[in-house]
Amino acid sequence: MKKVKISIISKGLLLVVMLLFIGSLFVPMWRIELAAPQYPEGLVLQLYANKIGGDVEIINGLNHYIGMSTLHTENFFEFKILSYIVVGFALLSLLLIFIAKRKAVRTFFIFYMLFVVLAAIDFYRWNYEYGHNLNPNAAIKVPGMSYQPPLVGYKQLLNFGAYSIPDTGGWMLTAAGILLFFIVIKEYKFNKSETV
Amino acid sequence: MNKDIFVKAIIALVIGSALLTSCKPKNSSDAVSGDAAQKAYVAPGKYDEFYNFVSGGFSGQMSVYGVPSGRLFRVIPVFSVDPEKGYGYNEETKPMLNTSHGFVPWDDLHHTEMSQTNGEVDGRWVFGNANNTPRIARIDLKTFTTKEIIELPNSAGNHSSPFITENTEYVVAGTRFSVPADNSNGDVPINTYKQNFKGHLSFVKVGKEGDMSIAFQIQCPGVNFDLSHAGKGKSHGWMFFSCYNTEQANTLLEVNASQKDKDFIMAVNWKKAEEYIKAGKGKMTPAKYAHNVYNESTHSATSEMKTQVLVLDSKELKDICYMIPCPKSPHGCDVDPTGEYIVGSGKLAALIPVFSFDKLQNAIKNKQFEGEYDGIPVIKYEAALHGEVQKPGLGPLHTEFDGKGNAYTTFFVSSEVVKWDIKSLQVLDRVPTYYSVGHLCIPGGDSKKPFGKYLIAYNKITKDRYLPTGPELCQSAQIYDISGDKMQLILDFPTIGEPHYAQAAPADLIRNNGQLKFYKLADNKHPFVTKGEKETKVVRSGKRVDISMTCIRSHFSPDNIEGIKMGDEVYFHITNLEQDWDVPHGFSIKGANNAELLIMPGETATLKWTPDKVGMYPFYCTDFCSALHQEMQGYLRVSPAGSTVPITFSLGTNLSSATK
Repeated sequence: MKKVKISIISKGLLLVVMLLFIGSLFVPMWRIELAAPQYPEGLVLQLYANKIGGDVEIINGLNHYIGMSTLHTENFFEFKILSYIVVGFALLSLLLIFIAKRKAVRTFFIFYMLFVVLAAIDFYRWNYEYGHNLNPNAAIKVPGMSYQPPLVGYKQLLNFGAYSIPDTGGWMLTAAGILLFFIVIKEYKFNKSETV
Repeated sequence: MNKDIFVKAIIALVIGSALLTSCKPKNSSDAVSGDAAQKAYVAPGKYDEFYNFVSGGFSGQMSVYGVPSGRLFRVIPVFSVDPEKGYGYNEETKPMLNTSHGFVPWDDLHHTEMSQTNGEVDGRWVFGNANNTPRIARIDLKTFTTKEIIELPNSAGNHSSPFITENTEYVVAGTRFSVPADNSNGDVPINTYKQNFKGHLSFVKVGKEGDMSIAFQIQCPGVNFDLSHAGKGKSHGWMFFSCYNTEQANTLLEVNASQKDKDFIMAVNWKKAEEYIKAGKGKMTPAKYAHNVYNESTHSATSEMKTQVLVLDSKELKDICYMIPCPKSPHGCDVDPTGEYIVGSGKLAALIPVFSFDKLQNAIKNKQFEGEYDGIPVIKYEAALHGEVQKPGLGPLHTEFDGKGNAYTTFFVSSEVVKWDIKSLQVLDRVPTYYSVGHLCIPGGDSKKPFGKYLIAYNKITKDRYLPTGPELCQSAQIYDISGDKMQLILDFPTIGEPHYAQAAPADLIRNNGQLKFYKLADNKHPFVTKGEKETKVVRSGKRVDISMTCIRSHFSPDNIEGIKMGDEVYFHITNLEQDWDVPHGFSIKGANNAELLIMPGETATLKWTPDKVGMYPFYCTDFCSALHQEMQGYLRVSPAGSTVPITFSLGTNLSSATK
C-alpha cells in the first residue's frame, strides 16, 4: 500500500487544529440559555471541559420547584476526563504533522467524528436523565411534563425557553473538525500523484 | 326695528362677556399644551432620562423619582424609622439613629445634595440634612441606602445644609437657630439672645470612601442661617450663606425679624479658615455628637460619641467672613455655573439682587465697607452688586441654572417660575405653578455642568390639582420642559412628605456606577452570619436566646423551634442565602412589637423579640419570593418560665419524642 505524504499546507492546518484543541480548553464549550419574563437579562449554563459555569446556583434554585436534581461539577465523570481527551487530540494533531501520512490523518478524522457522536449521545443521556428523573415530592408536578433540554436548538420548558448551542469552545472544536475534513478531502482528491 | 336693536344688543352683550371671560387669568388646565403628554410619557419597560432625589420633608426620608415620568421608584429611609424595611427597628440599623439625645426615630429632611467631582455631579452619593436634631446623612447610590450620619454640635435647626464644595471636600451646614454654644451654660433667659446666642457653621470633611468628620466650625453672630451654596470655579474656596433675623429677635420673628430693609448674604473664605487652622488658631472645644457608620461587610451600624470640635471665632479671625447686604430676609443663595454670580433671593422682596464674585473680591481688597456687624465687615451693597433683576415677580425663593446663561427663579407669593438672563438681568419667560412654589431643581442645576432639559418645581400648596384626600392634600411637584425658549408645563406628580430641595442626575451616571445587585455571602462578616443550613443553630445563654436562621426559596431553616420560655429575650439573626438579584426575603413573627425584617440576598439582619405569653407563634416570609412563598413559614413554641422543654430546632423532620 502506498504511503502518501501530506502537503505543507495540510501540516500548517494541522497546527491550527492543534491550537484550536488547546484553545477550547480555556473557554466554555457549550451553553444552554434560558429566557423567561422574570429574567429579562437571561440565565445561562456554560459547560467547560472541566466544569459547569454560568448561573448554576440560580438554575439549581429554580429547578428545585420541578424536582430536578441539582447540577454539580463533581457528579459528572466527563469533566474529569474531557480535558485529557482534548489535550490528547491536540498532541495527536501535533504528532500527525511529523507522521505526515494522509491515511493517519483520515484515521484521526474518523476517530474524532466517533468521539463527537459519542459525546452527543452522552450529552443527550445526561439531558434525558436530568429532564426525566424528577423528585416525586416536587412542588410543581405537571402531568406528562419532562424537562429535557434540547440537544441542539430551542425548546419551551414551562415558562422558560431553553436554547442549547455550542459556545466558543464548541465552535473551535467544530472548526477543528471542518479543518480535518478539509485536509482529508484535499489530500485524497488533489494530491494523488505524490508518493513516497 | 326695535326688535333688531334688541337682537343686536343681545349679540353685543354675549360677545362682550365672552371677551371679558377670556381676559380672566387662565386656569391650570389651559397651561398644558398638546404635546405635553408625549414629552412626559415614558413607555412601559422604558427608562427615565434622569433620577430625581427629592427630600421627604417631615417624613424624614428621601424619595427617588424618574424624570420626566414622575414615577416613584423608592423611598430611602434616612432620618426616620421605616418599619417596612426594618430601618431603625432591626438591631443592625438602630445605631444609625443614635444621637447625643439618645435614639431619635424621626426628623425633617429638607435638602438633598449629590456629591461632585470638579464641580460636576459624579453619582457616588447623595447627602441629606436633618433639620430638627441637626445631622447630615450620606446615602450610597450603589445600594440606595443610608451609610453614614453625623450629628452637628452647637447647632439647632440644621437648615442651611447639606451644601457641598466642588470636589466634595466639605459638606457644609449652617444653623437656623442660633443657640448658646453646647459647652456654655444654656440655662439663660431667652431675651439674652444678643449676648449669649451664637450661630455656628459646620464644615464636615468627606473622605474618599465617605468617612465624614467635622473639620471645623465657625462661630458667628447670633442670626438665622437659612441656605447656602458653595462657590465654584473662580469662587471655589468660598461658601455663601443667606442670613435673616439680623435684628436678633427671639420672639415673634414674623414681625421682629422683618424690620430691616436688608439682611445679609455671608461670604465665607474657607480656604482662609484652613490657613488659620494650620496656624493653630482654632480652639478645640468640648462637645458631644454622634457619628454613625453602617458597615457593608458586617451589615451592621456602629455609633460613636465624639467629644470635641474645633471652633474658629469669626470675630477674632479676620478675613474669613464678610457680610453682603441683601434685601428682605434672603432665603435662597445660589451660585451660577461659572462661579461668578451669586443670586440672593429676599423672600419678601420684589427684585432679585445678583452679586459678582469679582466685584466682591475688589470690594474686600479696597475695603469698601459700610461698617461692621458684630465684628464682621459689611461690604457696601453696590460695591458687590452685579445688578438687580427688576420686577421679576413677588417673593423670590430659589434659583437654579441651565448652563446656557439662564437662571430660573421660583416665586412663592406670585406662584410662578421666571426665567431670566444672568448677565443682562432681563426677564425672558414666566410660567405659573400650582401653587406657591418652593424649591426647584434642574438636573445638575447647582453644579458647573447643568443638564438644562427639564425643570422640576416643588409646590407647597396643591389644593385642586388632585382628587381630594381629606384635610391633608397630597404634596406635589411639576415638571417643565425648558429645552426651548419658552418653558412648558408637561406633568404634575404627587410626592411624599413635603418636598423641599431636590437634585437630579442623568440616569446612566447612576445606573452605571456599579449598582449592587446582591451582597456576596462569602464576604458577609456579620457576627451571626449563617452561611448554610448546616450552620443554623439556637443558642441559649441565660435569658438570651440567639437563633441563627437562614432563608432561601422557599423555607426558613429551622422552621420548628421549641424550648423558648417566658422571660426570654429572643434574637432572630436571619441570613438570606440567595445570591441573585431581586430575591429579598422578609421575616415577621406574631406579636413582634417592633417591625419586620427585610433581608437582601447575602445579608444578615436581626429582629429582637420578647414573647408576651405562653403559646404558639407563627412566623412567615413577608416579601413575595416565589411560587411557594405562601409555604414559607414556621412555628416557635413558647413555654412557661421554668419549663423543662429543651431547646430543639429542625427543618423537614418532626421533632423527636423527647420534646413531646
